[in-house]
Amino acid sequence: MSGARAQPGPLEYLRRWPIRAWLAMVVIYLYAPLITLMAFSFNTSRRNIVWRGFTLDWYKAALADSDLIAAFGNSLTIAAVSTLVSVALGALMALLLWRFRFPFKPALEGALGLPIVVPEICMGVAMLVFFTEILPWPTDLIWPFNLGAIIISHISFSFSFVAIVIRGRLASFNRELEEAAKDLGAGEWRIFWDVIVPHMRPGLLAGALLAFTLSLDDFVITFFTSGPDTTTFPVKVYSMVRFSVTPEVNAASTILIVLTVALTAVALKVSGGAVATIEAGEGL
Amino acid sequence: MAAPKTIIRFENVSKRYGKVLAVDDVSLSIDEGEFFALLGPSGCGKTTLLRMLAGFETPSEGRILIDGEDISRTPPNKRPVNMVFQSYAVFPHMTVADNVAYGLKVDGVPGAERARRVEEALGLVKLDGYGARKPDQLSGGQRQRVALARALVKRPRVLLLDEPLSALDAKLREAMRSELAQLQEKVGVTFLFVTHDQDEALAMASRCAVMNRGLLQQVATPSDLYEFPNSRFVADFIGSVNLFEGRLEVDEHDHAVVVSPELPTRIYLDHGVTGAHESTVWVALRPEKIELHKRGQGREPPVLEDTPGGHNVVPGIIRQIAYLGSESVYDVAVEGGRTVKTLRSNLTRRDQEDFTWDEPVWLAWHACSPAVLLS
Repeated sequence: MSGARAQPGPLEYLRRWPIRAWLAMVVIYLYAPLITLMAFSFNTSRRNIVWRGFTLDWYKAALADSDLIAAFGNSLTIAAVSTLVSVALGALMALLLWRFRFPFKPALEGALGLPIVVPEICMGVAMLVFFTEILPWPTDLIWPFNLGAIIISHISFSFSFVAIVIRGRLASFNRELEEAAKDLGAGEWRIFWDVIVPHMRPGLLAGALLAFTLSLDDFVITFFTSGPDTTTFPVKVYSMVRFSVTPEVNAASTILIVLTVALTAVALKVSGGAVATIEAGEGL
Repeated sequence: MAAPKTIIRFENVSKRYGKVLAVDDVSLSIDEGEFFALLGPSGCGKTTLLRMLAGFETPSEGRILIDGEDISRTPPNKRPVNMVFQSYAVFPHMTVADNVAYGLKVDGVPGAERARRVEEALGLVKLDGYGARKPDQLSGGQRQRVALARALVKRPRVLLLDEPLSALDAKLREAMRSELAQLQEKVGVTFLFVTHDQDEALAMASRCAVMNRGLLQQVATPSDLYEFPNSRFVADFIGSVNLFEGRLEVDEHDHAVVVSPELPTRIYLDHGVTGAHESTVWVALRPEKIELHKRGQGREPPVLEDTPGGHNVVPGIIRQIAYLGSESVYDVAVEGGRTVKTLRSNLTRRDQEDFTWDEPVWLAWHACSPAVLLS
């Protein structure tokens, strides 16, 4: 390694200036809006235009806004419940499609992709019609049961994402592992818990993260299924923005971003070791 | 020593997949303590036979008995056999010790005894001290040892091995051959392994069954398979061979003569052949059983003391030489256009220089060397 800068090698793309410029642009376009949003949540001015000085007042205001806090609580509750249910349903669906052969299986597999390809607005209208005409969800239930309609509609789109992720994970399962467990004396139930579920774990986790974030930031479908008492965070922010964009919205959004990033980091950390082990065991 | 006891018995076992007959009416007995090989090309049904014994397939016809008990319909987790899988199938999310303990845990063996037996099994496969490791921290050979320990710790009546050495590199494969044989001697469990590699089968097995297209071709000791094959398939599959098609000209009780249009001289055998008059026979001659002699000005053809003159000696010209270090293989073109493979050991450091390309030679073999095949 002499001091002189050699010509970039044929595969050293990162040492070519056009690639570096491209990369810089990608980073700017991806993160500049987010960073601006966060920065202006600390701005003294009411307007998101000029920097006047540092303050935490907007955070105080956001945390004191009981409607906003209620919406936030609703969002987290909906996300948590719909994640649990859609992971369970999605895992079962994935197992069914992976394990068994039955009539109309291709049709079912195709139908599974529908919630992903159908435009959200159609899904939202469909949910609205469903919950007014076919299954009117009572609006006067106590919390959190009044969130039922939103939870059900969230499950209906996020569970197919979960199923597809877990199905993909199962495709890499070595059937000899199952046979080995059976050969060593395990019955079907034990094989499922001792061998198949540990293999599915990274898929379960990825599916859960996906379902959680999908539910947390869903606006369109939620908008059609929420009522006056069942506002979620995105819907609430939307209504706040319609009056004026105050840094209070910035502050609330920043809290949400930090929260989701932290959750993801924790989840990856917790599962990291297990994922790495299983991945390494795969490549034999 | 008491007479060996039959442990596994296949009775007219067939397996059909739709119209394909994967295993065709196989009857086979394996004795206690044997190191038995199922040998054959891929798709010959050997793995299906093994999987039927393990319980992952059910025979379409026939019965499988272990210790005299019909287990054809017994689920795999209730059979007294354990298997080492081709991919080893070591559970990636468990430590080595947990892998080995798994079968005992499922059986409800109490903790203290379990730990003792796991320790013992790991010692048996020379993995002492590896208990806390995860499979991804092991080499391929070590993972195979884990799979072995995991199966042996359950003290099976029969240990099944599916292509046990195919995933290892050449050096390790050779080391593992003798180690498996030693292990089998130590634990005294009957080993049944499937392989497509004839060297592996000859080196390890006490007895082999050769299969082809679902049919059992021959069951014999490795040396009998090699020296006394019962068909062209076996002769060709085990080792390398020169096959000559011909007809029996003389067939007495103490000698026989075969005329082959592929050779200019007759083949003399020091034994009679029963039941093959006037029909086509094949003579199998192993390359290492053919002697190579110099031919040329004034040199007489070699004289074989056990063979009448004019038999078993063929003139030819060396066309191709493959130097393999310990031996050289010569392709010799004989009169009539046929090429005969001849193998010569390089007993000294200069032996490979004795013969060269396009050199005229005599090929000669003893009366006891060729095997006559009727099918």
